[in-house]
Amino acid sequence: MKTYTNTGNKDTRSGFGAGLTELGKTNENVVALCADLIGSLKMDEFKANHPERFFQVGIAEANMIGLAAGMTIGGKIPFTGTFANFSTGRVYDQIRQSIAYSDKNVKICASHAGLTLGEDGATHQILEDIGLMKMLPGMTVINTCDYNQTKAATIAIAEHHGPVYLRFGRPKVANFTPEDQNFEIGKAVQLTEGNDVTIVATGHLVWEALEAAKTLNEQGISAEVINIHTIKPLDDKAILDSVSKTGCIVTAEEHNYLGGLGESVSRVLAQHKPTPQEFVATNDTFGESGTPAQLMEKYGLNASAIVKATETVLKRK
Amino acid sequence: MPNTQQLQDLTTQVRRDILRMVHKVNSGHPGGSLGCAEFFVCLYQEIMDRNDNFDMDGIGEDLFFLSNGHISPVFYSVLARSGYFPVDELNTFRLIDSRLQGHPTTHEGLPGVRVASGSLGQGFSVALGAAETKKLNKDNHLVYSLHGDGELQEGQNWEGIMYAAANNVDNIISTIDLNGQQIDGATDDVLPMGSVRAKFEAFGWTVVDIEYGNDIDAILKGMAEAKSLTGKGKPVCVLLKTVMGNGVDFMMHTHAWHGKAPNDEQLAIGLSQNAETLGDY
Repeated sequence: MKTYTNTGNKDTRSGFGAGLTELGKTNENVVALCADLIGSLKMDEFKANHPERFFQVGIAEANMIGLAAGMTIGGKIPFTGTFANFSTGRVYDQIRQSIAYSDKNVKICASHAGLTLGEDGATHQILEDIGLMKMLPGMTVINTCDYNQTKAATIAIAEHHGPVYLRFGRPKVANFTPEDQNFEIGKAVQLTEGNDVTIVATGHLVWEALEAAKTLNEQGISAEVINIHTIKPLDDKAILDSVSKTGCIVTAEEHNYLGGLGESVSRVLAQHKPTPQEFVATNDTFGESGTPAQLMEKYGLNASAIVKATETVLKRK
Repeated sequence: MPNTQQLQDLTTQVRRDILRMVHKVNSGHPGGSLGCAEFFVCLYQEIMDRNDNFDMDGIGEDLFFLSNGHISPVFYSVLARSGYFPVDELNTFRLIDSRLQGHPTTHEGLPGVRVASGSLGQGFSVALGAAETKKLNKDNHLVYSLHGDGELQEGQNWEGIMYAAANNVDNIISTIDLNGQQIDGATDDVLPMGSVRAKFEAFGWTVVDIEYGNDIDAILKGMAEAKSLTGKGKPVCVLLKTVMGNGVDFMMHTHAWHGKAPNDEQLAIGLSQNAETLGDY
């Protein structure tokens, strides 16, 4: 089984910050907006390098979304930054009308997604944002898994014309994807080859899926792990090709099972190749305060949960 | 440059367009549209410096954003009669497969529209964003926007209004259509706002009053004053006092025609009060 090395824990939001810094140097049309969370979003360096292209909007997310939509008129590529909750649910109608329906080239960059925001609790831990964003016609939805991939994705979305939701997180997690990777929107990345089960994961759950695959391998179960960084458009072919071989699938995400990656995968399977599926996701619930590790354990979003789901799905084959 | 009589003639024709558009599909918003007919005519014929060919980016020309998108009939009529698309297309207003959606949108590619509007309160932010990009592009042209007075009840407006003054966005002229009416009745009954002027001044805007917002000379004079106040570090707000339903006697001074179309008989009366000056579509 192919194995991956953690080159040192890093937060995905710092990958976003590094990507934005790079874009500042290479693309003069990139502008950045932030709603009073510059430090949390790691936008300090872009701001220092390009004060004229950086817009502090204050605690006013609705205005930030509208400003970004307007800034595209005249050729700018705005990147907005705030927490995932305030990037989506709080401003849904602004995104819907002024960005998505108006086909504006805005990149909505959302940190602190999911339970791993930790101690601040459920008011700040959104587990519904992938669903909200993927339902918007024309919206691309990306959830990156580590620092390197988040940096690569940040740079890649500037070249893509159209609205994008880029979701990442707060905690320091394993950094294991290549530093020089070519990020292709909508293209799943197969991490391991396997014959018994397909595990498709997104965001922080990708590393957990690799850990799970190691455990399963020791039990003689060969898992094919696929990193689905783009939830919309979904790489249907990669999923169908893999389940054609394995005959069952586990989906894993830091999100409600309603509206998330798992449901998108179910749709593909239902239409083209009905296949037993198990969901590693939150079960229609809000989060709570706690450390990221405690929360991921309590809500069943880690490697051991993926192993358990695999054992269940294998029995359904 | 058109003279006042030519602008007046166009206004009369625009009123006919509005009435005929909403009558045909028995839906749409004639009241606010009629109240803003003179303003739109002046804006597109006289006030804005705009290019003939529509380009989304609008570099090197003035831009306009309609925030209260429900008054799409007046917007569409004036866009068509200003050459953005064939006047005949007004026939398709609110019909299936039309570019003239109930509320304006870029989605069907209608020239002249730069953002969707209809869900209220979003236009300030979008117009301000476009104004910021003009500054980044070192484009000295202006951004104009129009908002309903009832629309100011939406909180997002005030986020934008606060932002504009704080960031010295002085290349924008935002007009408030002060017709004092909204769907459920008089604005003062639904949610009294107090002094709109005092609010904008408190938020750091320069405010210009146009007391007779259905008078072409008053509009031209007020907007020229507003233009002279741009570029001085503060955003500019125009308070345009209009009469909802202006030009059709039974539609005036009431919220009743906010979102209701005239029947055949009412259409005939409305048209009889507005001469066909430039040819119906």
